[in-house]
Amino acid sequence: MQEQEHVLSVKVANNNGVLQRVSGLFSRRCFNIKSLNAAETEMSNVSRLTIVVAGDLKVLTQIKNQLMKLYDVYEVRILEDAVTREHILIRAGKSAEDRHKIIEIANLYRAKPVDVGADSIMLELTGEPAKIDSFIDLLKPFGIIKMVRSGITALERD
Amino acid sequence: MLLSGSDIIVECLLEQGADTVFGYPGGAVLNVYDSLYKYSDKIRHIITSHEQGACHAADGFARATGKTGVVIATSGPGATNLTTGIATAYMDSIPLVAITGNVSCNLLGLDSFQEVDITGVTMPITKHNFIVKDVRDLADTLRSAFNIASSGRKGPVLVDIPKDVTAAKCEFPRRETCCLDVKNTYTGSDLLNNINNAVELIQSSERPYIYVGGGVISSNAEEELKTFAELCDAPVSCSLMGQGAYNQTDRRYIGMLGMHGTVKAVEALNSCDLLIGIGTRFSDRVIGEPSVFAKNAKIIHIDIDPAEFNKNVKTYIAVPGDVKGVLKYLCEKISQKKNAWTDELIAKDCGEPVQRGTNEFPVTPQAVIEKLDELTGGNAVISTEVGQNQMWAAQYYRFKNPRSFISSGGLGTMGFGLGAAIGAKIGCPDKTVVNIAGDGSFAMNLNELITASAHNIPIIEIVINNNVLGMVRQWQRLFYDKHFSQTTLDNRHIDYIKLGESFGIKTFVIEKNEDIEPVLKQALEISKSAPCMIEVRIDRDLNVLPMIPAGTPVENPITEIDLEA
Repeated sequence: MQEQEHVLSVKVANNNGVLQRVSGLFSRRCFNIKSLNAAETEMSNVSRLTIVVAGDLKVLTQIKNQLMKLYDVYEVRILEDAVTREHILIRAGKSAEDRHKIIEIANLYRAKPVDVGADSIMLELTGEPAKIDSFIDLLKPFGIIKMVRSGITALERD
Repeated sequence: MLLSGSDIIVECLLEQGADTVFGYPGGAVLNVYDSLYKYSDKIRHIITSHEQGACHAADGFARATGKTGVVIATSGPGATNLTTGIATAYMDSIPLVAITGNVSCNLLGLDSFQEVDITGVTMPITKHNFIVKDVRDLADTLRSAFNIASSGRKGPVLVDIPKDVTAAKCEFPRRETCCLDVKNTYTGSDLLNNINNAVELIQSSERPYIYVGGGVISSNAEEELKTFAELCDAPVSCSLMGQGAYNQTDRRYIGMLGMHGTVKAVEALNSCDLLIGIGTRFSDRVIGEPSVFAKNAKIIHIDIDPAEFNKNVKTYIAVPGDVKGVLKYLCEKISQKKNAWTDELIAKDCGEPVQRGTNEFPVTPQAVIEKLDELTGGNAVISTEVGQNQMWAAQYYRFKNPRSFISSGGLGTMGFGLGAAIGAKIGCPDKTVVNIAGDGSFAMNLNELITASAHNIPIIEIVINNNVLGMVRQWQRLFYDKHFSQTTLDNRHIDYIKLGESFGIKTFVIEKNEDIEPVLKQALEISKSAPCMIEVRIDRDLNVLPMIPAGTPVENPITEIDLEA
């Protein structure tokens, strides 16, 4: 079976240490986290973790079953048909000339300039992870100075 | 009524039916111990020599009685001393509530004296844990702790309580004492398919083999198991944790399955066409090499924890649910089977190894444990340490009742047995309780002899003394070219009689076969009113056999080791 990436949406009690419980479970059971995003939901006492994991069906089932045993975990869903989005902040460019070219690429991707320096520019972009990947690839030749990706967030379609 | 946090703790313990607790006082739990003092006519507290011993005692109490064990320790080192005990309970799914004190809330996070983040430390070894920072949350948190510990797949829960919370007062409405009955219901409606498929498969199988784990004991399902085995007309094996779940004097019982299980169990495993695993997690110590485990059989796996399905072995049909409920359902659906294979297997002589003494050390653990079995009618509660002593106890005592074999199966904690025996005896004062130890494990936590003596807890401590760490030595002989690295304990020169007697514990020595019966009889007599100890001197090269090396296919177990080789 292939090591595929899967997106888990996990509802947890917004208690002290809940993130530690979840991440500790992943590390001690040798499950591999590709990305993890945690934030409050519409209910202030409930958080939603969006976790991207790699593994075959056996690993995925284990992850789900082991997570369900944590007292603070309310629900684990393996997302199949979902809107997935990621946000990136990225600063690139070494000269004013670069900056112009970068802005052209940004326009193609509808990325927004959020901070402009003498030689470089910081952009923000939200989109599907694949789009973010290709955006980064296009900026690489200009020299990426720093960047941060939010990790995937996702919600199931109706 | 307005009560302090520490009074609320004791009130909650009483509400949960916990009238016996184990522990060790200290700075952060001074308030709690003040309340225990006030309530001393209602709740019994046993102080041990070390928090680890207290935790093992609470664990042994839980294993022997089925109730939730309670242990109390102070902050910092008191709390960290519990961790081995908590991890032991966690690996074996034992219901335990550990209450630790901590520094006051305003000192948390400041590296204060005797401060440790025990909820952080114990996260991977508890079913759940809490820190209570507001006295108004205390009672409900403790109630949740008991509920979590004793429901579903059981396990330890830790509640960390800062000192100021134990001093703060709040309104406490007393509740009726609640008895948390095990809920033996099976309501897996969407899984009805699975269970009905299981019925069909069992009905059509010709060579069904039942393999039982500790889950049958925690679910109190021994009656249902007996009926089920009869209906299936199947041979039965227990895992180490399952010892006692099935009456081992019954004809269907063919011995333990696993690394040191019987040859017959291996034979059954490889020739069955259906393996029914009940309340077991298919530990690596049983399955060896997973890809060829039960290679000719389909596996039905019944367990309360769905995370165990397909974790270690591939399951053909998984039936999630409380074992008792599932077995009840199965018993109603299955019509009486008759399998020729079962009778053949039971009658077959598979050549189980027999222990032989030497000229210098004629006594064998087999002879001692079999005599103990005979003299106690198989009705004693036997705790063990870890290593050869543990395997010999499991192999040679014929357990008839659940909750009579108390051993650290999952974690393999040397030093577990003595504390556990103390807890078991306190939980079951009318039963004979014997801890079977090796000299290595004994030395780890022998301080708890003081507890047995001080509280006059009449257990029998049997130290099987071979002056080596026998199980490790056995592996060194087989796999490390007989490099007996750090496993020879000849320099210790312990005089067990003087040692025991310095604690006020009558001690005997067995060194000849003629000693076995009279010494055991005397010890059993003394143990009606006081603890005692027996040193059994054996040869250092007695091995635990049969043996299947770790991670190898479960076939052709080693039944003889050539000492000259």
